[in-house]
Amino acid sequence: MSNIRWKVTFQIYRAKGDGPVHFDTFFLDVDPDEYVLDGVERLWAFHDRSLCYRHACHHSTCGACGMRVNGVEKLTCITPIREVTTDGGTLRIEPLRNFPVVSDLAVDMGSLYLRMDQVHAKSVLPVTEAEIEKSPRDWSAEDQQYIRLSDCIECGLCISACPISATDADYLGPAVLAGAQQTGLSKDPALVEIVDSEDGVWRCHSAYECTAVCPSFVDPARRIMNLRRQVLGQRWQGLFNRKGAQNLAVEEVTR
Amino acid sequence: MNKVDNEPSRSKWIEWFNPQGRNLEGITFSLNRITGLGLTLYLFLHLIVLGTLARGANAYDNFIKLVHNPFFIFGEFLVVAAGLIHGFNGIRIVITSLGIGVPTEKRLLVVLMAIALIGTLIFAVRMFTA
Repeated sequence: MSNIRWKVTFQIYRAKGDGPVHFDTFFLDVDPDEYVLDGVERLWAFHDRSLCYRHACHHSTCGACGMRVNGVEKLTCITPIREVTTDGGTLRIEPLRNFPVVSDLAVDMGSLYLRMDQVHAKSVLPVTEAEIEKSPRDWSAEDQQYIRLSDCIECGLCISACPISATDADYLGPAVLAGAQQTGLSKDPALVEIVDSEDGVWRCHSAYECTAVCPSFVDPARRIMNLRRQVLGQRWQGLFNRKGAQNLAVEEVTR
Repeated sequence: MNKVDNEPSRSKWIEWFNPQGRNLEGITFSLNRITGLGLTLYLFLHLIVLGTLARGANAYDNFIKLVHNPFFIFGEFLVVAAGLIHGFNGIRIVITSLGIGVPTEKRLLVVLMAIALIGTLIFAVRMFTA
């Protein structure tokens, strides 16, 4: 934190029930090193107690405070104000796209959570399966027993940024496909039916917006491409060897 | 003001062309849609032009004379540019969809779009100076 103060205009998206959508304007003196969520919380605390928004942990673990800041998806608890505006500038805060608005900046992310369950996405996983800098396989046997939180915090920023998710309600979306990739088709062959479908892995059109906005280094676009490779590998095996045929048999049983 | 409309809908296709907040690949996604639609439109126009052949050589020659002006040449230039952009971006999508070169896909995109741009410039020089 510093002693520098900036005057920033907050334009906040407001929507209640069936009422009209509009933007309320607030003027705040802020420390530019404060986070956008700090500003929103101060608006709620001192200016308008009817403002509705989601937040919890304040350190990018819960994934609740995703919003659009000046048109770009941000996890507002880790987005410094100086990163998204200037002294005398404006912050236009809107809810995430492609989710029903509950009220103001709060959206209903139930569809994302249900789909994450559908592909058996793991919220915790053994460190040996984690993609981290130092390979856990080099660790001692004792250390390899640890588990860690999955990188995906289910914040929904990728779904909001994806241009395909905007027009196709049935598209599984980047986070869900990334969750399926982490599980792996070889470990869970029944996933093939879900991801190798019209609304699955082939619906992605390589805009890479998901990876651009992901605050948690999941890199959903890379995972989707890897999942495509896995799907093609399964199809190839299905054509030429017994193991693949067995996988296809599992797929048939699950239909 | 409008009522809340925040859920996915096919009617929001216009969002595909909204450049606000898009990264390089997102803008290329928009370009790919625009060029794809343009090339599809051109395909139909091309078939209509070829249809004049059915009315004889003179009809075709007369049509070619008619379109030999800067307006149509510029249109042909746009077709070439669209073909190069769509084609080279398509190469990137095919390669990365096979799981190849994904970590370096942005560099791949820049290189392929540079090739498309150079190709477009070469065609422009040839078409407008011929």
